[in-house]
Amino acid sequence: MAVKKTKHSMPEQKPKDRIKNFNEVPYGYEEKTAIEEAKRCLQCKNRPCVEGCPVEIDIPDFIKQIAEGNIDKAVEVLKSKTSLPAVCGRVCPYENQCEGKCTLLKIGESVAIGRLERFLADYERKKGVKIPKIAKSTGKKVAVVGAGPAGLTCAGDLAKMGHKVTVFEALHDPGGVLMYGIPEFRLPKEIVKAEVDYISKLGVDINYDIIVGKTITVEELMQEHDAVFIGTGAGLPNWLRIPGENLDGVYSANEFLTRVNMMKAYDFPKYDTPVKIGKVVATFGAGNVAMDCARTSLRLGAEKSYIIYRRSEKEMPARIEEIHHAEEEGVIFKLLTNPVKFIGDEKGILKEVECLKMKLGEPDASGRRRPVPIEGSNFKIKIDTALVAIGQSPNPLIPKTVKGLKIGKWGNIETDDEGRTNIPGIFAGGDIATGAATVILAMGAGKKAARAIDEYLKKN
Amino acid sequence: MYKILEKKVMSDTVKLMKIKAPLVAKKAKAGQFIILRIDEKGERIPLTIADYDRKKGTVTVIFMEVGKTTKQLGTLNVGDSLLNFVGPLGQPSDIEKYGTVVMIGGGVGIAPLYPIVRELKEMGNYVISILGARNKKLLMLEKEVEEFSDEIYITTDDGSKGQKGFVSDVLQKLIDEGRKINMVMAIGPVIMMKVVANVTRPYKIKTLVSLNPIMVDGTGMCGGCRVSVGDETKFACVDGPEFDGHKVDYDNLMLRNRRFVCEEEESCKLAGD
Repeated sequence: MAVKKTKHSMPEQKPKDRIKNFNEVPYGYEEKTAIEEAKRCLQCKNRPCVEGCPVEIDIPDFIKQIAEGNIDKAVEVLKSKTSLPAVCGRVCPYENQCEGKCTLLKIGESVAIGRLERFLADYERKKGVKIPKIAKSTGKKVAVVGAGPAGLTCAGDLAKMGHKVTVFEALHDPGGVLMYGIPEFRLPKEIVKAEVDYISKLGVDINYDIIVGKTITVEELMQEHDAVFIGTGAGLPNWLRIPGENLDGVYSANEFLTRVNMMKAYDFPKYDTPVKIGKVVATFGAGNVAMDCARTSLRLGAEKSYIIYRRSEKEMPARIEEIHHAEEEGVIFKLLTNPVKFIGDEKGILKEVECLKMKLGEPDASGRRRPVPIEGSNFKIKIDTALVAIGQSPNPLIPKTVKGLKIGKWGNIETDDEGRTNIPGIFAGGDIATGAATVILAMGAGKKAARAIDEYLKKN
Repeated sequence: MYKILEKKVMSDTVKLMKIKAPLVAKKAKAGQFIILRIDEKGERIPLTIADYDRKKGTVTVIFMEVGKTTKQLGTLNVGDSLLNFVGPLGQPSDIEKYGTVVMIGGGVGIAPLYPIVRELKEMGNYVISILGARNKKLLMLEKEVEEFSDEIYITTDDGSKGQKGFVSDVLQKLIDEGRKINMVMAIGPVIMMKVVANVTRPYKIKTLVSLNPIMVDGTGMCGGCRVSVGDETKFACVDGPEFDGHKVDYDNLMLRNRRFVCEEEESCKLAGD
């Protein structure tokens, strides 16, 4: 029997309905569909998909179990390598990772690995999560700074190895960007909480309201613990640095999304934190964060939501699925357009943005064609709200407060491939080491660091 | 959870609370602030550290009831707890020996001024304090500030206590009298800090102000609290809250502080106000 060339489709909310709510867009596979999809897997001997996965999930093995109808066993195989499958199964850029290496791409679409992972995670959460066997206590203590994807993965893996792990989180909720950054309609916060709950059940203590570098220092943590992992992310918003950026109506993507997601401003005044947007919202940038901002604006009632980006469609860094969802929902893309100035009224309230048309020139260091302004092409767009989503830099608090720690030129903490810094016993990983990247790369870094920390603890 | 150990009513709308928060108390310094959230549905609000006791593990905050959250906070009593209380945040004040310092507090700004007054005095400065408010009911901590001041002046807009007029009038008079002043610090409403900076600017007297923009996280990740200082954009939560008073764009700060006025009213109305 010939293999079906395309993935089994995943049902999702219709665009006209979903822009009125914050509920998750895709519904996920039914068990029957999951089994059918799993049967598409060719069970390749060389396993190219596994190479594409930063957390080394045994992909063909869990898929084989699904195909045979052994769902519980499939969950077990999956969770032996990842502690946050419900997250990965939703926000991973599969097309560039596991699915990008799938042999089926030669004849059609890859196996829907992400959807299958999500199916298993959701199945298990409904059924009641099983806690795996944890190694005998080693008596060693590890402090993890930051409860984002890197820190949680590192903490989960270390706990399973038998170490006592304590996480220190600055905010009042866990998850880092999973909680404050990624909107409910892509990653429901209840699911993030359930995943974190699982990490706690592995024996990890999570402390909130503690800003390492302020409330307690890394040096103090080193006195109490045998090793420290720093996973404080890239939470510092980048700005356009153009006139008018401090007008009323201009937000960083971080402020906007934190208000909406973590503080639940979309449910104001039931929740106390307000958020205000006008009728016309412009988001600057074209990464996943920008798509999240543009789509969130529509759900908050914006009549028009623009994405303004200086390069062309081909260079947009967001996931194809997110761009597609944004288009379906009616986000208007103004490409090859670069803002030069925000203009306010006499009271200082944002009214317009002045832009320049761009054209593509020679490729730059990243291999993408450099946008070049077309002189005299200035034009204005009337907007009420501007959301600046052009990237984030590593959070400077820890790099600034740990004496002797080697810092890279972007303010990142320098580490080797396994997350070792220049100071023995201090490890780092995720966006604080690499600059803003993806959730799955941060999880991969947390996993590698856990292995390096375990090795270090055995020797010291 | 962070327990309220002590509550004191300072005036009709101003309350003091001592909160059990040993880790914050251990590191707190004058000039820094905390962020708190009352409950699950609450918002995060910044309050300046008015005092701390490292031994008892307590942090004192003084707040004026101006909106939903501060009013709700005001209804809490000894034994109640806050869900979140994080800090110390921001940069501590530069406590050094300047010589003669003029410390100006307006309304609820007197609370954050007090620990700085105390530390500057202990550092050996000659401290002149000027406290002002709209009326005598809104004045506070006069005795406490006086204890650490070499001179103290009180002003009220309506003349109900001390001298009728503004804190800036007293400052101008001191300058006119030819008093040697090495540093002026002002904490209070933005408009008051702006006026004080305008008084000292022609005389090139070093002037520090403690800014109070809207904040969300308080850790430098959102820029909601950004202010224009000189030609630069600064985040008050990590770079401040104290800045060179002669460089701050006060008009932009006042504008940005009005961002959610309508929402605040809506929130208060629903709270049965």
